[in-house]
Amino acid sequence: MFHIYCPHCAEYREEEEFHAAGQAHIARPLDPEACSDKEWGEYMFFRKNPRGIHHELWVHAAGCRKFFNMTRDTQSYEIKEVYKIGEKPSVVAE
Amino acid sequence: MSDLNVMTAAEMAATKAAVMDQVPGPEIQGQSPLHHADLDSLAKVGPKQGGVHLREHKLLGHLTLRLNPENDDQLAAAERVLGVALPLQPLTSVENGSYSVRWMSPDEWLILVPGLEAFDVESKFRDEMGGHYSLVNSSGGSTVLELSGPDVVELLKRCTPIDLHPKLFPVGKVVSTVFAKSSAIIRRTGEQRFELVIRRSFSDYIWLWLQETSREFGLVVKV
Amino acid sequence: MTQQNRLQSGGRIDRSKSLTFTYNGKQYKGFQGDTLASAMLANGVNVVSRSFKYSRPRGIVAAGAEEPNAILQLGATEATQVPNVRATQQELFNGLVSQSTNGWPNVDTDVMSVLGKVGGKMMPPGFYYKTFMFPESLWNTYESLIRKAAGMGRSPLENDPDFYDHINQHCDVLIVGAGPAGLAAALTAARSGARVILADEQSEFGGSLLSTTEKLDGKPASEWVSAVTEELRSYDDVMLLPRSTVNGYHDHNFVTIHERCTDHLSDIAPVNQARQRLHKVRAKWVVLATGAHERPLVYSNNDVPGCMVSGAVSTYINRYGVVPGNELVVTTTNDYGYQSALDWHDAGRKVVAVVDTRANPAGERVDAARQRGINVITGSAVIDVQGSKRVSGVSVAPISADGNKVSGSVTKLSTDTVATSGGWSPVIHLSSHTGSRPIWNDEIVGFVPGPTVQKQLTAGGINGSYNTNSVLSEGLEAGLKAVAEVGLNAAEVILPIAEDVKEGAAMTLFHIPHVKPTSQAPKQFVDYQTDVTAAGIELACREGFESIEHVKRYTAMGFGTDQGKLGNINGMAVAAKALNKTIPQTGTTIFRPNYTPITFGAIAGRNCGALFDPKRYSAMQMWHVERGAKFEDVGQWKRPWYFPQAGENMQQSLDRECLAVRDSVGILDASTLGKIDIQGKDAREFLGRIYSNAWAKLAVGKCRYGLMCGEDGMVFDDGVSACLGDNHFLMTTTTGGAARVLEWLELYHQTEWPELEVYFNTVTDHWSTLTISGPNSRKLLAELTDYDLSNDNFSFMDWKQIKVAGVPARVFRISFTGELTFEINVQANYGTHVWEKLFEAGAKYNLTPYGTETMHILRAEKGFIIAGQDTDGSVHPFDLGMGWCVSNKKPFSYVGKRGMNRQDCVRDNRKQMVGLKTKDPKMVIPEGAQAVLDPNEPIPMKMVGHVTSSYWSANLGHSIAMGFIKGGLDKMGETVYYPLVDGTVIEAEICSPIFLDPKGERQNV
Repeated sequence: MFHIYCPHCAEYREEEEFHAAGQAHIARPLDPEACSDKEWGEYMFFRKNPRGIHHELWVHAAGCRKFFNMTRDTQSYEIKEVYKIGEKPSVVAE
Repeated sequence: MSDLNVMTAAEMAATKAAVMDQVPGPEIQGQSPLHHADLDSLAKVGPKQGGVHLREHKLLGHLTLRLNPENDDQLAAAERVLGVALPLQPLTSVENGSYSVRWMSPDEWLILVPGLEAFDVESKFRDEMGGHYSLVNSSGGSTVLELSGPDVVELLKRCTPIDLHPKLFPVGKVVSTVFAKSSAIIRRTGEQRFELVIRRSFSDYIWLWLQETSREFGLVVKV
Repeated sequence: MTQQNRLQSGGRIDRSKSLTFTYNGKQYKGFQGDTLASAMLANGVNVVSRSFKYSRPRGIVAAGAEEPNAILQLGATEATQVPNVRATQQELFNGLVSQSTNGWPNVDTDVMSVLGKVGGKMMPPGFYYKTFMFPESLWNTYESLIRKAAGMGRSPLENDPDFYDHINQHCDVLIVGAGPAGLAAALTAARSGARVILADEQSEFGGSLLSTTEKLDGKPASEWVSAVTEELRSYDDVMLLPRSTVNGYHDHNFVTIHERCTDHLSDIAPVNQARQRLHKVRAKWVVLATGAHERPLVYSNNDVPGCMVSGAVSTYINRYGVVPGNELVVTTTNDYGYQSALDWHDAGRKVVAVVDTRANPAGERVDAARQRGINVITGSAVIDVQGSKRVSGVSVAPISADGNKVSGSVTKLSTDTVATSGGWSPVIHLSSHTGSRPIWNDEIVGFVPGPTVQKQLTAGGINGSYNTNSVLSEGLEAGLKAVAEVGLNAAEVILPIAEDVKEGAAMTLFHIPHVKPTSQAPKQFVDYQTDVTAAGIELACREGFESIEHVKRYTAMGFGTDQGKLGNINGMAVAAKALNKTIPQTGTTIFRPNYTPITFGAIAGRNCGALFDPKRYSAMQMWHVERGAKFEDVGQWKRPWYFPQAGENMQQSLDRECLAVRDSVGILDASTLGKIDIQGKDAREFLGRIYSNAWAKLAVGKCRYGLMCGEDGMVFDDGVSACLGDNHFLMTTTTGGAARVLEWLELYHQTEWPELEVYFNTVTDHWSTLTISGPNSRKLLAELTDYDLSNDNFSFMDWKQIKVAGVPARVFRISFTGELTFEINVQANYGTHVWEKLFEAGAKYNLTPYGTETMHILRAEKGFIIAGQDTDGSVHPFDLGMGWCVSNKKPFSYVGKRGMNRQDCVRDNRKQMVGLKTKDPKMVIPEGAQAVLDPNEPIPMKMVGHVTSSYWSANLGHSIAMGFIKGGLDKMGETVYYPLVDGTVIEAEICSPIFLDPKGERQNV
């Protein structure tokens, strides 16, 4: 059970209030029609599965309903930071 | 039957958002989500002593306001309508007489007003406010429970993972959170008094849950 | 019954409060303050169980959570049965009823032990894998026999009369264990103003201090314990939890505590008191002050009742006033082992000898033993034990300095009790729950907690510190550190001082040699609960298991409900020796939650019975119940499934409901549909990006059906959205999809298109939706409104804001049945009023309530899909024959467009939605049935599709079905076959899925 700081509510809440929404920073191609099947397939289906630092998208489902990003260590489960949509992570994998 | 409430096609086309007085005249009594529990009778015949007191504030007007918190014109308009500024600090609430306003999200507030005033307040917003905003009447979708008494914090600790320590959850604080296996908007209205806004479809579940979890303290239903 | 082993005085029991209990049907007496185990020992009960594999008699070994044998069944009635209770942890109460769980017919005369004794060699490790796994089909038979013989306890056959509680807690510092370290930490944190939770599994605080004769500041240690406990109790922000086992340490300092609130009071909890409570704690800092477990030595027949760990013997004497035997032999590798001999001697019973593996032991306890005239035999060990249901004597022999060999002749001593000490194992379980790997410490000959990412501190025995003064100061240090970390100023705490006892160095030895090699020596038990012997571990190593994790799984070491608390380190030592490695080289062993077994009741809490899962109801629920509706689960919603009348079976109800809608008028409670209010000038643009069809030109006052696809082009939800105002739409979703769709909209808005000015809010619960459908629906509605409902004024796919039965309503002329339909939406507080008024006015039209099943049949007659029933995430709009619902003219590449144009989505021979008409009109194809082209093809047959919806249509007088067939849209009129499990085959013709009114004339009148 994670303890997650919601950057909008500005306090820690229990994991059960949140939904994980997969890898963060997967931008929808601006011109999908220009994508090859392979490119589109990569956008849709291919995700990182790192051991260590990972950037994830979460939503405070039972709280403010806002999405936000989280940098998390997938091995130790430490949450290194949370940051709002549109912002860049300050902790990145080496 | 009156057709005062009917809008013509032209009127509708001119309207950016559809507003409707959803409450019929006084001859038709609405039924709150806990109507079937008959809390009024329970208040008469049920226990008078107990560590937790429950009261339903039924048929209030529930309005969800969405706007840009950086838009000063909109904030000013909201203040004109409500007589009090929108709370901009996360997880806070304000009151003005029978109006109360809860911060729900950086761009969302839940406003409770007397049931019959919902349409008036909504209309005032429509008159006063410009730009991109949204106002939704959700009065039929929720009800308000007031929980109080010496054991109210002990009870709520069995319902929600929120830390209710008075230093961290002072009077006026409001959170939207999980409540048992449902959800609730919880606001502290006194040292030993809380307000719960719960969803209609889950209200029976929460009523059962509160009866069960208050067994160790005793539950007093009040009118 | 006399308590022959009870001392006249001493201990923390209350001799004025006598309690009666039964064990295996026999009545005994104990005192308030006893555990079941101490009371059994007081009464001289020797055998408490039969061992798992060999059915050997077993007695009480320990005094706490590490006890492997005294695991009993409790409960005076069927409903109050509790399996797997440790007698060492169960407080005695008057009327307690206990039973041993294994041994047949009972633990004292057990026929299985014949197999155990004679056939011991027949049951090597891996026995179950080797013997019972083949043939696999018989495993269930074997399992029930094994379980009966092994005796695992049993669950009650009746409902538990008690209730169990869950509670959420928050604190600055959670301290686990209220021994000297925990109390010192708690006192420091509490005095400094921290929010503190102090939890201990025992009935009272004090930990090891309750079991010793040690003095603090020259006074009995219990006085300090009481003073600290009193002070802690005076702080508002301190929560004291005795009888509370910290069971799990999870991520981010989330800790679960299992509190036994009333287990010590009676068989059934007092009225309105929870029996047990699970605390879910979020702690800023956790201090583990969990102490250590004494490690027994591994020697032959070390499981005969009367063999105990040395510290437990002291605990029974000092805390409970029970000397668990008449004569004692101690076998030890260290000074601590002498303590039980001292306590035993001081209690006035005979110490036969202390047998010390060390050649020249020289600590203060050793001196104390000698001063008392106790026979100390050095350089030797107890290598074997005589007796079966109770120790009758021991074999003592000198051993080599390295401890590997017996180096002299064997002497026999007569005794009924053997106390053993091989040193201490820190209780590191909780620390390793979060994935932290323990580290071997040669100095203390044990594992200590390893590095962790948790905000965790440790103090006392868990660190391998066993000297009371160091334990206390480590507790203080941990308290200070925690206080500083949470930003408080530390208050002053002055610790009491214990007398320092000088100790000699311990010998590192786990496995005592026998004159015979291990494989031939009498059994030397490592893990009592799973009957794992030193010989078994050596065999596993010989068979090629090198990692300790593999050895554990092969031998079952550590897999009992005690998780190998006593045996794991010994087992690792035996394996290390066999593999010629060091203990850390064989690996570490990770413990997992829970620390001790937890009841299902505590896990379930209040989430059982009616509260197992929320049941969601519409505003008209009471009406449905009174009308006798049968309900169907749709997500958490309870929806009326059908409304049977007296004497009807389900099909008859459905036929009647279906005919009523097509002939006159029916009513459906559609309130459960998801409803999302969408406002903002870009609402229309947003809908166009999310739905597959066009929304740009939908006029105010109009409704439109839309399909929602994922980026892969596959349909995932559908529904009608209405244009309420230029900037205002009301979207409906499927009942089950409401929350997911709202999150989907928010996801795209917040992460992809924040520039679009639009807000989404759920109004699902706000509106009651009353759907009247059928040729007489207009007439019915006209009874309740003055509004002009003519087709010209209120056309198909229009919505109007009118009053219905005096209640303001939004009425949508949309149809899911294919009939003339009005969906009346009113604020839910008025739903029942309008519903009842419709029935008052509807009597003359035979207004018939119908449920979800009739709705499904009626829509299937029209070939309308249900997202989630006819779609499964692998079909796009064209597969469904719904290309009409896809716009290719929209400038924005909406969600799903690119996906549905992928190569695989546009290939030939995709499975396509078709109608299916059975050759025998009476046959209804089961949903899920697989289609084949040749029913005579040998298995495996080539499957070309499946049925998604299938019903009997009373209106049409034949069955109807919808389903997928490869290339189905080009196969109209062709025949497919559905072979069923019973061997029969249903033949069907592929047809249009629209079985009724293909031109849509009925809904458009």
